[in-house]
Amino acid sequence: MSHFERFGVSPDTMIHAAGVRKSFGSLEVLKGVDVTVTKGRVACIIGPSGSGKSTFLRCINHLEEINKGLILVDGDFVGYRLQHNRLFQLPAAAICQRRAEIGMVFQHFNLFPNMTVLENLIEAPVRVRREPIVQARERAIGLLERVGLAEKKNVYPRHLSGGQQQRVAIARALAMNPKVLLFDEPTSALDPELVGEVLEVMKDLARAGMTMVVVTHEIGFAREVADQLIFMDDGVVVERGTPGQMIANPASRRTREFLGRVL
Amino acid sequence: METAGIKREDIGLESSKAMVESRLAADMLTVVPLRHPWRSAAVVIVLALVALLLYSVATNPEFQWPAVGHYLFNPLILAGVGMTLLLTVIIMILSCIGGTVVALMLISSSRLLSIPAKLFVWFFRGTPALVQLIFWYNLALLFKHIALYIPGYGTIFSIDTNDVITPFTAAVIALSLQESGYMAEIVRNGLKSVGHGQTEAALCLGMKPSLLMRRIVLPQAMRVIIPPTGNETINLLKTTSLVSTIAVGDLLYSAQSIYARTFETIPLLLVASFWYLAIVSITSIGQGYLERHFSRDEMATTGSALSTLQAHLFSFRKRVAS
Repeated sequence: MSHFERFGVSPDTMIHAAGVRKSFGSLEVLKGVDVTVTKGRVACIIGPSGSGKSTFLRCINHLEEINKGLILVDGDFVGYRLQHNRLFQLPAAAICQRRAEIGMVFQHFNLFPNMTVLENLIEAPVRVRREPIVQARERAIGLLERVGLAEKKNVYPRHLSGGQQQRVAIARALAMNPKVLLFDEPTSALDPELVGEVLEVMKDLARAGMTMVVVTHEIGFAREVADQLIFMDDGVVVERGTPGQMIANPASRRTREFLGRVL
Repeated sequence: METAGIKREDIGLESSKAMVESRLAADMLTVVPLRHPWRSAAVVIVLALVALLLYSVATNPEFQWPAVGHYLFNPLILAGVGMTLLLTVIIMILSCIGGTVVALMLISSSRLLSIPAKLFVWFFRGTPALVQLIFWYNLALLFKHIALYIPGYGTIFSIDTNDVITPFTAAVIALSLQESGYMAEIVRNGLKSVGHGQTEAALCLGMKPSLLMRRIVLPQAMRVIIPPTGNETINLLKTTSLVSTIAVGDLLYSAQSIYARTFETIPLLLVASFWYLAIVSITSIGQGYLERHFSRDEMATTGSALSTLQAHLFSFRKRVAS
């Protein structure tokens, strides 16, 4: 069901978050976050550690429940069902279908170590989408070519470098044909010389028109690729804008201080 | 430049004359490994003791080796071997199922599930197997009848306890419950060993909890679960000898029933030991294969089946009742 009209959201919006609040026990980590990402665009979220940016990302695909506010992905809720102004939390099995449309790439890759690269890629299409195995394998090889790892298809993840593992993780997310890709600090666990190959793959995706939300510390990547740069601190969005304008001329003192530290 | 067989390339292109000389001096030296005189002494002592033992075993007529050979394939003994294997297999299957259920209860976020599971593990690991065995065997002293009674409807069925609790069922129930307590801890450790990131990655790909448990978590937990489960199986195999006290015709009971008539106590205990050792050895081989199957991605670093077998044959397990 689509809720674009009811919440006054334009239909070309992929992610619409409004007033998102989230607490862990007595600690409030998100204190009312509003973010809108248009289809086909790239949003980069930056900010100091503990600012809530990763938590917000995990709320988008309902890895974390939210305490207040709403998040719509392509006009619909992910973990909730709306009925008479109340959001009823859905059981895990019901959330799965919606979640499968949202790809996620993790800081620590989280490839399945007991499966080869190819098995990692076809697992979800075959088991979740019931795709024929031959077709899934063909598509998986195509995706591996896209991330430059076709020759590694029969290798177990532990024999790959961090950069290669992350590229496989991106291909695995793409295998589900997601509407949007979420990246949670995708290069933070990599050796410096391996960061570039992962960023190259992500730039390719951005050029191909994939909607992406990227939590990152790579300001250079954000400047080059992002359509929208979002600076979060202490559970709120402090500033947002085009990267060029924001990096050259930050409006807020907190943004200026943060950029001063990382640039 | 080349000085006394040393090429410059060997020690870096910028090497000076001093470095070449230093290299020449260094090449003159020989490394002498540390000697272990006490180790050699220990080897001599151990060899002497083993020789004495073997001499005694071979020459002492009380071992009655001909009688051992005579009873090794006795039909009663073979039936006992069969019973011991049957008990081990049934109890292990039941306690794998029971242990997994209790383990899932242990890791549940609901305390109403985790606390009863903790109490179960505490109770059945904390009381001796022999006590539980005799307790279940004497269940009729506690409950004369086993009945299902629904208030307002009446008794659905009722059965005499002594008809249900045969020595065999008492043995299966008692040892299954005991073993489930141990298996629960093993399965729980296995599940805990799979990082949370694996669950999250699977969820993000749209996998249902049941599917991700079956395809992602359990196969990875298996490599942690299997080695201690193999040990449990071997231990259980030997623990089943306790059922001879409640007259279940297992391997030890068969041996006892023969030497009670013929008084050939030692040879029959040797026969029983032979069979226990034989089954344990075969089980260890099976365990080695299972371990290799579940760690395919680590094949390069795991040893051969033979070394796995050795590791398990000669490892002593410790049970820490907590």
